[in-house]
Amino acid sequence: MIDFELSPEIERTRQMIHMAAENAMRPIAREYDEREHEKPWDFLNMMWNVSRSSSAVSFGGSKEKKTGPSIRFMTTTVAIEELSWGDAGLYLAIPNAGLGGAAVAAAGTPEQRQRFLARFTEGEPKWAAMAITEPGCGSDSAAITATAVRDGDHWVINGEKIFVTSGLMAAEKSDGFVVVWATVDKSAGRAGIKAFVVEKGTPGMTVTKVEHKHGIRASDTATIVFEDCRVPFDNILGSPEVPKTTEGFKGVMATFDATRPAVAASAIGIGRAALEFVREALDKAGIKIRYGVALKKLTTLERDFMDMEANLQAARLLTWRASWMMDEGLRNSLEASMSKAKAGLAVTKVTQKAVELLGPLGYSRKYLLEKWMRDGKINDIFEGTQQINMLIIARRILDYSSKELS
Amino acid sequence: MVSFQPSEEQQLIRDTVAAFAKEQIRPRAHEADETGQVPSDVIQQGWELGLVLSAIPEAYGGAGDTHSALTGALLAEELAWGDLSIALHLLAPRLVAYPVLEMGTPEQKERILAAYTGAQFCPGTAAVVEPRFDFDLAELSTTAERSNGSYVVNGSKCFVPLGAEAAHILVYARTDGREGYEGVSGFLLDKGTPGLKLVEREKNMGLKALETSEIVLENCRVPAENRLGGDAGCDFAKLMNYSRIGLAAMAVGVARAAFEYARDYAKDRRAFGVAIAQKQAIAFMLAEMALEIDATRLLTWEAAWKLDKGEDATREAYLAKNYAADMVLKVTDNALQVLGGHGYIREHPVELWLRNGRGFAAFEGLVMV
Repeated sequence: MIDFELSPEIERTRQMIHMAAENAMRPIAREYDEREHEKPWDFLNMMWNVSRSSSAVSFGGSKEKKTGPSIRFMTTTVAIEELSWGDAGLYLAIPNAGLGGAAVAAAGTPEQRQRFLARFTEGEPKWAAMAITEPGCGSDSAAITATAVRDGDHWVINGEKIFVTSGLMAAEKSDGFVVVWATVDKSAGRAGIKAFVVEKGTPGMTVTKVEHKHGIRASDTATIVFEDCRVPFDNILGSPEVPKTTEGFKGVMATFDATRPAVAASAIGIGRAALEFVREALDKAGIKIRYGVALKKLTTLERDFMDMEANLQAARLLTWRASWMMDEGLRNSLEASMSKAKAGLAVTKVTQKAVELLGPLGYSRKYLLEKWMRDGKINDIFEGTQQINMLIIARRILDYSSKELS
Repeated sequence: MVSFQPSEEQQLIRDTVAAFAKEQIRPRAHEADETGQVPSDVIQQGWELGLVLSAIPEAYGGAGDTHSALTGALLAEELAWGDLSIALHLLAPRLVAYPVLEMGTPEQKERILAAYTGAQFCPGTAAVVEPRFDFDLAELSTTAERSNGSYVVNGSKCFVPLGAEAAHILVYARTDGREGYEGVSGFLLDKGTPGLKLVEREKNMGLKALETSEIVLENCRVPAENRLGGDAGCDFAKLMNYSRIGLAAMAVGVARAAFEYARDYAKDRRAFGVAIAQKQAIAFMLAEMALEIDATRLLTWEAAWKLDKGEDATREAYLAKNYAADMVLKVTDNALQVLGGHGYIREHPVELWLRNGRGFAAFEGLVMV
């Protein structure tokens, strides 16, 4: 039955996280935006302790077949919206397995999942990161130049990765790891690209830079250089073979079907924060939004607000749909890309319009609205730009391969 | 628990109507538009599916199904995908039957519903929109004033589907000078009521096959017992929410028809050595069309679901309808654009879908779900 009501379990989780967002994140949001490279350890430790004791929230995909109804992805989506409503930068800074963990969960063997992921249930806070982007390639991930060469019982990795979320924390500041995409055979194109787990402290992996960003400043974004970095042979995710097909590449790309709705959820949380801020300002000024009145009679302000509302809700419903499909075990590449594309568009539209509508209040650093606009923008870019997601949607609806539609 | 899966019964209805739309409606759409006539045999076949007024209780001769706006939205989308004029014609009886069903007095249900439970399609309708550029549901110009045991109705209405032939017309008017949606009542007029005049069959940009009329009420006396709901009146806002949801769903149907046609054309048409669908400018237009159709459908479903739960869905239904009107214009316009010069020629249906698509911004109260 079509239904838009969250189950009581998910609603409880949402309320719990909302409390954390309101009481632990909002009060420190401005401070850690201004003090970009400092970490809010009280908050991070608290979230680490909470996540270790809760099995409800998860950030990874899984190769395990679904048996019976699951609400794991819906729960994650709702949780991420709430955390991002609190503060998107702080949310990304939370110690967790992240994208790196998601890759291990999606493409690793049971032994690898144990070796690399068990650490997230015990001990001190840890981070894992995913390193794909290079100075010369982002969207065109098949053009990766980082290499991994077999040498006896090891792989030797060379290359430079940029824009690695939580890269500093994962590579150097915790007992975490970085999943690096590197090619074992450049001539094989996509089929030669593999993912390798590089644990913290591995000689040859160095963080050379932490970026100064437009937004999500509480999250560390790192440049990591790999120079003759040796990792055990068993640290490769998936098969080392270079097949005639692109199975391995596709396997890790499938991770994105799970993570794109998650990023969409984050965008929606930011957008909602901005929308609520505008609504409160309008309420204070005694300005009503008149649903049901002929459009032509509405003020521009009302129309803009309704436009923001409808677009944000559309993004939310698309994201819920993609998450529900994951829980149902349905392939959802099209729906995941739709949710990410729409959410990126919506958060950009909503936050940028919100700053405009609130004039000097929107522009001032006394309020968080201008920060939400800065935080929101990245959602249109990382985890697949809006343009790439539109390309994926186009390929799916046209039934075209990437060769047929580039 | 959140779910996007229609019930088995809903899926069956959807599949049945989709097949009917594809096999019976769509092949007749072009001729209907060119000749200005909805084919009556298609209407009768649609009627015989038994889905238009299945919500009429058995006591009044109906199937007694539960009334569901969500199911109505699923059905309306598929019919509109076939052809908007034919779909609106087939669903027109709901415009009078559903309000009576939900808000009528027992006497009104007794008197009116029976006409719509027969083996033959019987036209019924409602008069909502008025012929002024700044028409506003919250501020109708048509008035009804109490005068002894009657109401005297004055005003003009346009976009009345099947206005000439309808057995009953439910006319909405601002009553006794009261304001807003709460001040609106519905008046059940039989065909041929003195003071109810048919002005003319309208000529519209789209909906050419659908008979819509302009009517005028000149000191039209309506017995008080023909006021919908009697002295209790009716919930006009809620009725307009049903109609907003229906229109939004139909906009999705029209848009989807246009998108699919443009997509198939773009895969076939070659330019610069490849199918034009292989060019990003075209591919991205199609991708945006697909995305916005899905987005609109979900907004519409959510509004319908909320209404079915018995909650006030004014905000959701209003937002969904407006979003849908913008979306269907953009999608149908882009579909015509994808076909280039060929899109401009009436042999292809995309220009019809644009003519119909633009109408949603002005349409109110043309369908109930």
